[in-house]
Amino acid sequence: MPDAIYAEGLVKHFGDVRAVDGVDLAVPSGSVLGLLGPNGAGKTTVVRMLTTLLKPDAGHATVAGFDVVKNPNDVRRNMGLSGQFAAVDDYLTGRENLQMVGQLYQLSKRDAKARAGVLLERFNLGAAADRTAKTYSGGMRRRLDLAAALIVQPSVMVMDEPTTGLDPRNRQALWDVIQELVKGGTTLLLTTQYLEEADHLAHDICVVNNGVVIARGTADQLKARSGHERVEVVVHGREDIVAASTVLAAQGHGEVTVEEHTRKLTVPVTGGARLLADIIRSLDEQDITIDDIGLRRPTLDDVFIALTGHTAEAAEPAESEENVQTENLPTKEMAK
Amino acid sequence: MTAPTVSTTQTASASAPPHARVGIGQSVRDSIVIGKTNLLRLTRVPEVVIFSMIQPVIFVVMFSYVFGGSMNVGGTADPGVYREFLMVGIFAQTVVFATVTSSGAIAHDMSKGLIDRFRSLPMARGAVLSGRTFADLVLMTFTVIVLAIVGALVGWRFHEGVLKALGAFGLVLLLGYALTWVGALIGVSVRSPEAASSAPMLWILPVTFISNAFVDPGQMTPWLRHVADWNPFSATVQAGRELFGNPGVRTSGAWPMEHSVLASLIYSVIIIVVCRTLAVRKYRNSTS
Repeated sequence: MPDAIYAEGLVKHFGDVRAVDGVDLAVPSGSVLGLLGPNGAGKTTVVRMLTTLLKPDAGHATVAGFDVVKNPNDVRRNMGLSGQFAAVDDYLTGRENLQMVGQLYQLSKRDAKARAGVLLERFNLGAAADRTAKTYSGGMRRRLDLAAALIVQPSVMVMDEPTTGLDPRNRQALWDVIQELVKGGTTLLLTTQYLEEADHLAHDICVVNNGVVIARGTADQLKARSGHERVEVVVHGREDIVAASTVLAAQGHGEVTVEEHTRKLTVPVTGGARLLADIIRSLDEQDITIDDIGLRRPTLDDVFIALTGHTAEAAEPAESEENVQTENLPTKEMAK
Repeated sequence: MTAPTVSTTQTASASAPPHARVGIGQSVRDSIVIGKTNLLRLTRVPEVVIFSMIQPVIFVVMFSYVFGGSMNVGGTADPGVYREFLMVGIFAQTVVFATVTSSGAIAHDMSKGLIDRFRSLPMARGAVLSGRTFADLVLMTFTVIVLAIVGALVGWRFHEGVLKALGAFGLVLLLGYALTWVGALIGVSVRSPEAASSAPMLWILPVTFISNAFVDPGQMTPWLRHVADWNPFSATVQAGRELFGNPGVRTSGAWPMEHSVLASLIYSVIIIVVCRTLAVRKYRNSTS
């Protein structure tokens, strides 16, 4: 199967700002690509170019085999978009919203009606189907928006930060829906600033920062790059920090980091659970009382720090002058 | 899922169908879908409809009774004559004011995520705006009907038969429709609902007052009189007066005043063609 979404050298400027600065993507049919990056990284701009909302300044892209610039309507026919803000009409009911979108997807009135009914049930909106969307909660609006994108069962779905602003329960519910969708064979491109979300949903991940892809691979591959497992210890008393730090330094495999105010010590380790047991024993021998101890596998947050030198949340927006910096990071080879 | 399956699974290949252009049939269909949606929306906020009807009624009453006694039209200061003179002006002014709602609503849509949804659908590009202006036209028609009834209550009549009266209403509504495209153009250009609602006043007040709608331009200074005579708004008002057989038909050498029906038609068509083209282009290229 050819790639359902393919992009080569996408570039978009806004004035002097290079929001997207040469992005290549390939999403094989039936797979999920997570576009991961902080606010202002250029994720949304990439999505807008792929979904025909924005013309690229350079590069080219195809979705479902159609060129986004030359055949935008063919792209639109085969693609569903669920944007960052739930695109529903507040004054229409859930059902009316879906019927309208169905008709604009060029379904007959009858088909649009039938599809709306099916999707409302599937997304658990049946009871609220005939209330105006104004009365919906945030989670319901997102589900309605997603339902609208799925009216014609598109082969390609693009979702821009689908769970931003949702509470944990609603986020989990939406994840379930997305996973079901993917099981059904839909190709999905998903942007997110939640590392956990990309880890959970995506087969492949592209880490984007300042308009360029700075790393790509599976979640496991990316994690492997960020180095080792760590042991985290929270000691009970502040006075034990120094002693505990000595123990960790002896057993661990690198520098011990200490967070004074939380009494948390972290050290990179190799050796897994057995080493954890050793550390507990040593701490016990020294009469150090601990509140918490655990072996932490690297998260994508660690990956982000390893790649950019700062956490995703604290990353500089694209407008900053630090654009060049990322290029100098040891990411060129990683992107390979 | 048991829904009617839609064939969307396109086998991706290089042999994409050549640039499937949207046909006129689809344009009309999409516009009707959007237009109906807009009308449906209006029924959810009936206040908007009610206010848009009350305002022109207030104008009729105010002008009739406040100005009525002191206006000299057609050589008489009879307030009854002024009321007959006034009504066409109010009809035309009402449809002009309707454009404020148009541009506000379009700017509002443009500023929300909904427009991205529309722009990502395989629908006719002009349909969002065409649907909106169509809905405005429907609302406008209702307002004009209500106004006509109120006018009849304060003494306004038409004297040239039903057909000509309908023709007059047709010209007024055509002007109104043309101006909703001005509103649409403003709506897609300014991109903030607040600006879109206040910007139209900049041209609406001069256009409606430097005209033959409320006073006889014969009393104006010469240059202003020329502006009034060539004002598209005046042409429609003049045509309305002729077709209704209302007093105050202006005789001046200006071409639009002498051929008011034709002039009104030409003006409206030009406005539609120019503003629609610009507005749709702007919409298509917009990147919110």
